[in-house]
Amino acid sequence: MSKTDKKLVIFSDIDVEKALKSALQKSRPDLINEVRDSGLKGRGGAGFPTAVKWNLAAAAQGDRKFVICNADEGEPGTFKDRLLLTDYADQLVAGMVLAGYAVGAKEGIIYLRAEYAYIRKDLEATLEKMRGKKLLGKKIAGKDNFEFDVHIHMGSGAYICGEETALIESLEGHRGEPRNRPPFPVTVGYLGCPTSVNNVETFITVLHIVEKGAKWFKSYGTEKSTGTKLFSVSGDCDKPGVYELPMGISIKKLLETVGGEDAKAVQVGGASGTCVPRKDFDRVIAYEDVSTGGSIIVFGPFRDMLEVAVNFMEFFCDESCGQCTPCRLGTETLLEGLDMLDEGKCSLKYLRELCSLGETMQVSSKCGLGQSAPNAFLSIVENFKSEIFDSRCTCR
Amino acid sequence: MLASERDQLKAEIFKMAKKHDQHRSGLIPVLQHVQNVSRHISPEAMQDIAEAFKIHPVEVQGVVSFYSFLSTEKKGKFIVRLCRTISCDMAGKEAVANQLENELGIEFGETTDDGMFTLEFTNCLGMCDQGPAMLVNEDIHTKVTPETVADIIDNYRNRFGAHVTQGEHA
Ligand SMILES: Cc1cc2nc3c(=O)[nH]c(=O)nc-3n(C[C@H](O)[C@H](O)[C@H](O)COP(=O)(O)O)c2cc1C
Ligand code: SF4
Ligand code: FES
Repeated sequence: MSKTDKKLVIFSDIDVEKALKSALQKSRPDLINEVRDSGLKGRGGAGFPTAVKWNLAAAAQGDRKFVICNADEGEPGTFKDRLLLTDYADQLVAGMVLAGYAVGAKEGIIYLRAEYAYIRKDLEATLEKMRGKKLLGKKIAGKDNFEFDVHIHMGSGAYICGEETALIESLEGHRGEPRNRPPFPVTVGYLGCPTSVNNVETFITVLHIVEKGAKWFKSYGTEKSTGTKLFSVSGDCDKPGVYELPMGISIKKLLETVGGEDAKAVQVGGASGTCVPRKDFDRVIAYEDVSTGGSIIVFGPFRDMLEVAVNFMEFFCDESCGQCTPCRLGTETLLEGLDMLDEGKCSLKYLRELCSLGETMQVSSKCGLGQSAPNAFLSIVENFKSEIFDSRCTCR
Repeated sequence: MLASERDQLKAEIFKMAKKHDQHRSGLIPVLQHVQNVSRHISPEAMQDIAEAFKIHPVEVQGVVSFYSFLSTEKKGKFIVRLCRTISCDMAGKEAVANQLENELGIEFGETTDDGMFTLEFTNCLGMCDQGPAMLVNEDIHTKVTPETVADIIDNYRNRFGAHVTQGEHA
């Protein structure tokens, strides 16, 4: 269960059946407008405004449309979707029904990562229960011309399939290699049909917003990052777990909450995110400052930051789909560089070259994986250069 | 694989493909099924699957090689996947890894001679607050220690031993 004492938004009480039925009494534009007014941005990491995505999918031409729940949660240090899929599955499905209603889709798919296969049975049972209550299927909540159902599709073990176009490729029976964009999935998605892909937490948040109002949601967070967010906290702290906290919270405050005050650095946003050193703990977690899909990894005073960087880079070497050169070769070259640093054999000149390679990857890789793979490398080298060099001096 | 086994699997493949209207979107579910029942996807199975979906076997192989839960090599009855990602690493996965190798007498990437266990590393399992985390087939184990790992392995060994069926030994 979650470690949060206060139930703010996502963990606040809700009567799912009642909330869903009353939301479906609204007109489609009214429903999307409520989401728009809340300022909700996607909770899967990229932070795209949810209402904009739904409006695009609603406006797109097509007899057949899809709503996809991205339950591929694979970012290192993220586990809040697992909690939601386990304990709040009915809210998730209700959120998907609302998305289907808003964009005009009849079919929903939950793309569940292979590693979460143990959740599947309960998830199926939830779907079945909701069918029984006529909250899924034909004439949902008595609405004659509205039908929507959901099925589960299992992943097969590939982090890249969390990227929405790779996910769609995978659903279509291909290697999970990201597509060129545009076209975006909202116009050309699964089977060529308009498709809205959203994160688990996004769907649940929408359900609460529509039931309790955009204004209520906006009473939390900052102007640009409204509402609350779930944080998956792990690493060197007393109370790891899932926390619901308002957006805009400072890293310092977050560390106090989780019992990690003595941290020397915090990785915000997982392997793809940034490593924030102690001197910057006044920075806040929000789209306009340090952004995250929810992963918070705490590094205590005795952690070797070079080992951390190596672990992250091994992850990317392993998970790069290999489709484009900057990412495929870049991740390997950066890992070799880290090994050289570890052996005390990396010149400063070469380290500078590696950093510029990292910057090239950020701009020239095809998808978010390659674009963000160098982030941790760059921020760790920048902030812990002297620690790294001092601890690996071969002349001693 | 016995000829009759292949025929049986082929029939299942064709039945599943038909359920998906032979549409490519049914390919991965079929591959997952074959992986499940025969613990790998053999060249023969790939041919049958390609035939069922009317695509080239190379297409099938391309998909199999992409996903870490699909394999062309035969896996053990139980696949042990230890998380090697950062939070589990910090929580002591190295000692667990070492003890797993001792208990099973194999290294990571290998399968025991009796075909019971395959030992692999995997990336983040979404249990980072309770690491080190480990999957055995579909079961998740958390806060694994070098001491508890032996019990976990024994448990699977015994569970399997209780209902060994003919022909299930590799
Ligand atoms: C490499 C990579 C991995 C991703 N993994 C996930 C994931 O596991 N879950 C997720 O919701 N979004 C993930 N995303 C973001 C998705 O592409 C997409 O933006 C998101 O699912 C949209 O949902 P949202 O708008 O509700 O956030 C990933 C992106 C990249 C580049
Ligand atoms: S950036 Fe990496 S993961 Fe993304 S398409 Fe290129 S090789 Fe694949
Ligand atoms: S780092 Fe091991 S489960 Fe996430």
